[in-house]
Amino acid sequence: MSVEVLSLVYLLGAVAFIIGLKRLSGPRTARSGNLVAALGMLLVIVITLVDFTVSWAVVVAGLVVGAAIGAVLAIRVQMTAMPQLVAAFNGFGGLASALVAGAEFLKDAPDHNMETIITIVLSVAVGALTFTGSFIAYAKLQGIMKGSPITYPGQQAVNGLIGAGIVGLGVWVVVAQNALPFWIGGVLALVFGVLFVIPIGGADMPVVIALLNAFSGLAAAFTGFVISNQALIVGGALVGASGLILSSLMCQAMNRPLTNVLFGAFGSGDGGGPAGGTEGGDVRTTSADDLAVALAYAHQVMVVPGYGLAVAQAQHVLRELTSDLEHRGVQVAFGIHPVAGRMPGHMNVLLAEADVPYEQLLDLDDANALLPRTDVVLVVGANDVVNPAARDDPGSPIYGMPILEVDKAKLCVVIKRSLSAGFAGIDNPLFYKEGTRMFFADAKKGIGEIESAVSQV
Amino acid sequence: MAYWNVLAAEGGGSIDPFVIGIIVFILASFVGFEVITKVPPTLHTPLMSGSNAISGITIVGALIATGIENNTAANVLAFFAVVAATINVVGGFMVTDRMLEMFRKPRRPAGGEG
Repeated sequence: MSVEVLSLVYLLGAVAFIIGLKRLSGPRTARSGNLVAALGMLLVIVITLVDFTVSWAVVVAGLVVGAAIGAVLAIRVQMTAMPQLVAAFNGFGGLASALVAGAEFLKDAPDHNMETIITIVLSVAVGALTFTGSFIAYAKLQGIMKGSPITYPGQQAVNGLIGAGIVGLGVWVVVAQNALPFWIGGVLALVFGVLFVIPIGGADMPVVIALLNAFSGLAAAFTGFVISNQALIVGGALVGASGLILSSLMCQAMNRPLTNVLFGAFGSGDGGGPAGGTEGGDVRTTSADDLAVALAYAHQVMVVPGYGLAVAQAQHVLRELTSDLEHRGVQVAFGIHPVAGRMPGHMNVLLAEADVPYEQLLDLDDANALLPRTDVVLVVGANDVVNPAARDDPGSPIYGMPILEVDKAKLCVVIKRSLSAGFAGIDNPLFYKEGTRMFFADAKKGIGEIESAVSQV
Repeated sequence: MAYWNVLAAEGGGSIDPFVIGIIVFILASFVGFEVITKVPPTLHTPLMSGSNAISGITIVGALIATGIENNTAANVLAFFAVVAATINVVGGFMVTDRMLEMFRKPRRPAGGEG
């Protein structure tokens, strides 16, 4: 096959990726879009196998093992565990790019031209740190590691030194094309990935996963430069753009610059004081029966879910409750904060799994427009995203973060296990407000009780 | 076609593939920004997993690297690269499909709008 035809087929693959992403602009077309992108990938893989001399034993073994692992992970994952799975997949993508660049280095060193060796170094560095960083994110989300930030004195200096070491070794490799600095640099990049993610707290994971997603794309694009393949460059650039857009959206939704998320070790409790200590007011509690009456006779109800919903796996019982209310003629909406959960869109996926129609899922602006006309708002497992201190208290560490203004609803009910502070370690004045009722329970158990009470109203 | 030839002639030869790569990368980034800003927040998780599967395109490099001759170390790296990239591609597209299937469910016939 001529190189022209091969290039055009790769172009076709790249176009399929763009069409696939374009069709993600609406839930109706999204699934077929994903299929188009997957077919594009298949085409690109087949044409590569046809046109290049490959080692078939290695290829078949690798494809079979990889496909089996990928398929099992994809089929078995719970929707609540989606953030850690995406983190793991990011990690594999970064690893693959780093390994390809490593193999290309071995092939021709020390005779690479300048462009190639520079992109090899970039691909290995970014791919390797994406790999280990993603698996630390995985471990934190999966609960293998504690989610809270891990900090130690001089942390920034250590990270800075390692980063400088990677850059220095990279320059050495580019100039001398020596194997020794190449491998040491690769190992340092692996270490850097670990050190870079450990000080980032659990609730900042949406930003980190999006950023690592961008990195895995960039690593693929760098690998594309190494092997002069435009399908890799286009695919990598698309993913890089996607990850960067999502991380910047998440940062905006927390009103914190990216540097603060990455280096701020936010959530260590520095700004907050002990849970429930500073405000100290009285809270008003409610019972399942009282709440059931309020809900059943409401006109408009809004549910504001947070990570606690995912932890308690309460999405299905919540759906039963809202269906029941809808059958009674109550209008139900869901207010979704962009950083609710542990990855962008996490809550939407959970609720879609529980069959909630996506028309009922409102974004921040629409939800805030509806809240003043809402009779009862149910806050389930969310905390910082509904904290009025972010709006009212200029001294609060989360001041300026856009929130769901649940205190504007006529009645605000917070389902929560205890009065403990949220991720940010900040007390929540919402709990002590006049119009707020606390319902102390595990999300799943509590909603179940409310559900059975509603069915008897 | 003529345009490229003129460029090539003025440059005294063919265009460096690296430069073409940079052109492609920058244009593709702009396309990416345009397309992805139109994805609604509801679909941000499938966007991440789906774009993640696309970053598995590095599998092309992995497959080609298995063909590097007389270099066992490079082939070992290539094998693990194929495995990792395939996990990324197969797992990524499958899990995205699983999620999007849930989003496609029709509205309930007996809705409580009234």
